[in-house]
Amino acid sequence: MADAAVKSDPTEAMIASLSMPEGTWAAPARADALARLRAMGLPQRRDEYWKYTRPDTLTQIGAPKAAVLASDEAPMYDAVDRLSIVFVDGVYDADASDDLTLEGVTIERLAAANSDLHWATSIYGVLETRGQNPVERPLAALNTAFATDGILIHVTGKPSKPINLIYRHESDSSDAILHHCIKLEDGAEVTVLENGPAAARFNKVMEVEVADNASFHHIRAQGRDHERRAATHIFARLGTEAAFRSFTMTVNGQLTRNDCVIELVGDDSIAHVAGACVGDGDFHHDDTVFITHDAVNCQSRQVFKKVLRNGATGVFQGKILVKADAQKTDGYQISQSLLLDGDSQFLAKPELEIYADDVACSHGSTSGAIDEDALFYLRSRGVPTGDATDLLTLAFLAEAVDEIAHEDLREDMTARLGAWLTRRRS
Amino acid sequence: MLSIKNLQVKLEDEDKQILKGVNLEVEAGKVHAIMGPNGSGKSTLSYVLSGKDGYEVTGGSATLEDVDLLEMEPEERAAAGLFLAFQYPVEIPGVGNMTFLRTAVNAQRKARGEEEMSAAEFLKVVRARAKELKIDADMLKRPVNVGFSGGEKKRNEILQMAMLEPKMCILDETDSGLDVDAMKLVAEGVNALRSEGRGFLVITHYQRLLDHIKPDVVHIMADGRIIKTGGPELALEVENNGYADILAEVV
Repeated sequence: MADAAVKSDPTEAMIASLSMPEGTWAAPARADALARLRAMGLPQRRDEYWKYTRPDTLTQIGAPKAAVLASDEAPMYDAVDRLSIVFVDGVYDADASDDLTLEGVTIERLAAANSDLHWATSIYGVLETRGQNPVERPLAALNTAFATDGILIHVTGKPSKPINLIYRHESDSSDAILHHCIKLEDGAEVTVLENGPAAARFNKVMEVEVADNASFHHIRAQGRDHERRAATHIFARLGTEAAFRSFTMTVNGQLTRNDCVIELVGDDSIAHVAGACVGDGDFHHDDTVFITHDAVNCQSRQVFKKVLRNGATGVFQGKILVKADAQKTDGYQISQSLLLDGDSQFLAKPELEIYADDVACSHGSTSGAIDEDALFYLRSRGVPTGDATDLLTLAFLAEAVDEIAHEDLREDMTARLGAWLTRRRS
Repeated sequence: MLSIKNLQVKLEDEDKQILKGVNLEVEAGKVHAIMGPNGSGKSTLSYVLSGKDGYEVTGGSATLEDVDLLEMEPEERAAAGLFLAFQYPVEIPGVGNMTFLRTAVNAQRKARGEEEMSAAEFLKVVRARAKELKIDADMLKRPVNVGFSGGEKKRNEILQMAMLEPKMCILDETDSGLDVDAMKLVAEGVNALRSEGRGFLVITHYQRLLDHIKPDVVHIMADGRIIKTGGPELALEVENNGYADILAEVV
């Protein structure tokens, strides 16, 4: 309790600096979230899950400045037929967005959803609350309380194209808080694509309820503006024979913290979470993953690969919790870093906590440099050092990128990672 | 073609001289073989010529068509026409064999100021060459050498050689780890590449390989030097009597 008292001041100051959106169905959830935030306090460096990532710039009042960079790269997912929804510095842009009508799905904005008996009441802040235990995630509670907007996606069928949430960044001091809820009904299937630098500071929560036999695909690209900061959370709950697949590519960013909290509560469900990141200099990237197996015969995979150079930092905190009744669990976790020089660092905390006796769980974490023998082999065939290094680096990332089921998107991600490596050659 | 004069090499990290003055001339169109006991410096010679780290040249020279090899980076030596078939081909997980081959072919072409091979043309050529070496489509798709048998790895080396069309080929114990059938296949691949403009340096412990790749000249290497040079009959002598007699004769 003494801790909470010490923490309360900056937390109260932060709360006072923000304004909670008015009324409607989400009001009780927001009030509860505010109470949770007050009880927990904002994250501090001595908190167990913030040891490797300084929360200061995420918890200070107002966003630190982040320059907006011009890029001549083709927009993400350009070749994919998709329904685009655009936020500029966290503000919905109706003109840039497509019409929100799509067969098999209803899409609404959080800020515009006024029905008193909204379906999202059963999700908004609910999955986040479940994800607060046993590890507290105060920034997610802050998000639920103060999110200014977001997208509510109710999937009843199999929409013909993916939904693309595009986050543009135009102001160097924008401080955006968005909260999405996605509910997939029995047997439904949807792909959600995300991309863009979003804001100078971005706090995002995505709550995903995947019902029995439903399938959720998520592909995300976080990139471009290096000075930006982001704290994102995914909270997902999976029913029987449900599938959840999420891949994140991160390039650049002074601070990115991606939390992913998944509960497997239906038998025979599958959760795959993967990430590939490349970073340079004061790049700091943190993947914090918590997967709870609470049903029989479920499979989970965590595949995280980080390429770090010029003093960049990568963090991985990944946990598999297997509850006593979750027999026949198949859990896999791998986190690896490729350190392109001696200045970079990778901090990993892989955890397994298993209470069932008939399970197969494996985890591994490694840090290494480019394989000199492979490099020489390539060079001896005429491939110049730079190209050879890039080829081996992409090969290192391949295991994570291969988690993307869609072949064109997989190739596009690889090409973009390759382009980044070529641009950043020393 | 390949001219090595009084080449002296030591390990970079240790005060250990490996090559103590190697002299060797390989002419275009000829196949030279180097035989010798373990630790004589045969593999070091191949690594130094191809530019591997960890060795320090303390004297002498090595040129390919009068171009100084020792001053060049490994990739420049490759583009200049030097090829080393590795004793232990390296496995590269995550890099497809086809991507590897195409990257290498086009990197060399680019370095020489030639036009890159189109995807279609490359595919046509690689399929034809692979077929000759009994390399199936699956091996081309798999990551470089990953999960390949010993024979497959060596055939893959010869496929690279066939695709890159080097001027000077060094084969470092290409016969090691091969059964008789695999060795024949590899030798046929090499023989198909023999031509007037191309030189070969075949490093081997055993005469066996030389039954299939007939050498013009055979050198015996021992303790960092070439101690004897002769015709194909020298290889037979080694096969029958071992190295002891030759070493004794020279010492």
